Amino acid sequence: MNFSDIFKETYISLAANKVRSGLTVLGIVIGIGSVIAMISIGEGAKTQIQTSIEDLGSNLLTIFPGVVQPGRGIVSSGRGSAQTLKNEDIETITEIEGVAAIAPEISRRFQITAATGNNTNTTVTGVETNYLFVRNLKLADGFFITDSAARGLGREAVLGSTVAKDLFGENDPIGQSIRINRVNFKVTGLLAAKGGFGFSGPDDMVLVPLSTMQKILAGADYLSTISVSVADKDRMNEVRDNINYELAKKHRVDEPDFSIISQEDILGTLSQVINTFTIFLASIAGISLLVGGIGIMNMMLTTVTERTREIGLRKAIGATKSDINRQFLAEAVALTFVGGFLGVAMGWVIAFTVTSLEIIQTSVSLYSVFLAFGVSAAIGIIFGYYPARRAASLNPIEALRYE
Amino acid sequence: MIECQNITKTYKTGEVEFNALEGVSFKIERGEFVAIMGPSGSGKSTLMHILGALDTPTTGQYFLDGQNISLLSDDELAEIRKNKIGFVFQAFNLLARTSVLRNTVLPLVYAGINKNERALRAEIALKAAGLDEVHFNHLSNQLSGGQIQRVAIARALVNNPSLILADEPTGNLDSKTGEIVLKTFEKLNREEGRTIILITHEHDVARHTRRIIHIKDGKIEDDSNNQ
Ligand SMILES: Nc1ncnc2c1ncn2[C@@H]1O[C@H](COP(=O)(O)OP(=O)(O)OP(=O)(O)O)[C@@H](O)[C@H]1O
Ligand SMILES: [Mg+2]
Repeated sequence: MNFSDIFKETYISLAANKVRSGLTVLGIVIGIGSVIAMISIGEGAKTQIQTSIEDLGSNLLTIFPGVVQPGRGIVSSGRGSAQTLKNEDIETITEIEGVAAIAPEISRRFQITAATGNNTNTTVTGVETNYLFVRNLKLADGFFITDSAARGLGREAVLGSTVAKDLFGENDPIGQSIRINRVNFKVTGLLAAKGGFGFSGPDDMVLVPLSTMQKILAGADYLSTISVSVADKDRMNEVRDNINYELAKKHRVDEPDFSIISQEDILGTLSQVINTFTIFLASIAGISLLVGGIGIMNMMLTTVTERTREIGLRKAIGATKSDINRQFLAEAVALTFVGGFLGVAMGWVIAFTVTSLEIIQTSVSLYSVFLAFGVSAAIGIIFGYYPARRAASLNPIEALRYE
Repeated sequence: MIECQNITKTYKTGEVEFNALEGVSFKIERGEFVAIMGPSGSGKSTLMHILGALDTPTTGQYFLDGQNISLLSDDELAEIRKNKIGFVFQAFNLLARTSVLRNTVLPLVYAGINKNERALRAEIALKAAGLDEVHFNHLSNQLSGGQIQRVAIARALVNNPSLILADEPTGNLDSKTGEIVLKTFEKLNREEGRTIILITHEHDVARHTRRIIHIKDGKIEDDSNNQ
């Protein structure tokens, strides 16, 4: 029996019972479809987080006060909890070789009111001129906080796009004045929208001069973060070690009372979390695939019993064991293959829907499609094997006598 | 062409043994038209399964075209059925919801014959079995009982077998239709020289053949030429 004949027989028998074949295929469609969708959502989330972290700035090292322990977040270092970074540290770090630029900052949440009467509660960050470059941000309009303003208690503010919309709607915010914690500021610049879900949220932020923030708004002389841009990507570790050493020496402590985190650290941790999550989702989807496979086996076993007389007849007119075996195996594989094909389509549609609803930018990778086809063919063979063998080993006389 | 030597068949159901055939011997020559007759349970179908290489005897020898069939494996038996035997059963002869042509062609599919030749041979066989050409593309469930048996006969002919075996081929038909089907067998025997063994328990049916083997309780009771 050649391939096209097997194909024809398979088609005839599956078409003879369309509803049942369809329902069985549905099990595989749902299984494969959800595996593809889950993997694509996971992959999408990973890519998205990757880009948003890379967007934070190139070759970025971030220094936090306090000690960060892996898996435990920021842990305060005993005395003077997390206020260990001071303005004097700026100079120390600037002098370290390989540091291209440095952006110290301090943030707090404040209530902000516009002359229009609109108000919002958001993070206000005191920064210096370098902030824009180090954090890889762009101005949409106006100009950024100048050196003199940063040092000389200037009352200028740069708005993130979300804040600008909250306060001024569609109107141009440049030149308008706002009140932060009852202090008047003049809006001089507007940040370009970054979109996405970057966790530092540059869209929902107001930037003011560092000195103004420390002395007038917060009344504190410490820094909440120092961002360091390293000149050469290959020297990240070296620069990091130097900062660690110099800063600890300056603070006169044996163990650093601050933490340095690189993009890679964040990326690594987050990727790991997302991988775990993807595997978790995919295995739940995998279970439904398994159930689909059992559905195939169930249907094939029913079919073999129902078609006992047909099998007897086929054997009487010369079908060998392997002819029968191949025919039933082909039916199972055809079911899973159709299921696999539709499943990939369904996964694609789900992924596309998730993307177009702007939940997560998904990406259906070629490998997951191949995987799905491989898995569905394998399921057909595995779950079709036993029913096919049972059909093939039927004794033709008993099969013919079967009522 | 067919030679049975002292064939027995013993069925075991648990501890109980039952001899469906107890020492059956006979010869059938090429071109004969033979009826095997006997009451229900006498072992007719059992004998036909052995003659048709669906089963092997418990003891004794069965030679078909000089080849000893009693010793063959399952796959070798399938090979014999494919090349030398054509079956017509009482019921469930055709695949459901499958066209007449596809049903007829099936033995050739298993024999690995190419498509063009298959179609040609199927049409010849269907015409020889007396089926009207309008039915060739009908599905098996759109046919009458008589038409079904004709298709079954065509399928039994299509691989040019040495032997055609029919187990109560008219059992499900009214006497008029049965008569037409039997005439078809007669014609195939007379005009094409086919060897046909027909199993029945009706005298009216056996009348069409030229030799009748009577069996009872697994033994041959009488073996005589018909008129
Ligand atoms: N697989 C089996 N196991 C046990 N006994 C069997 C088996 N097959 C047949 N028999 C017995 O063998 C005997 C002969 O059966 P067989 O089918 O050959 O009869 P038959 O002459 O064809 O009868 P009928 O005219 O009713 O078809 C019967 O008594 C039957 O019960
Ligand atoms: Mg019988």
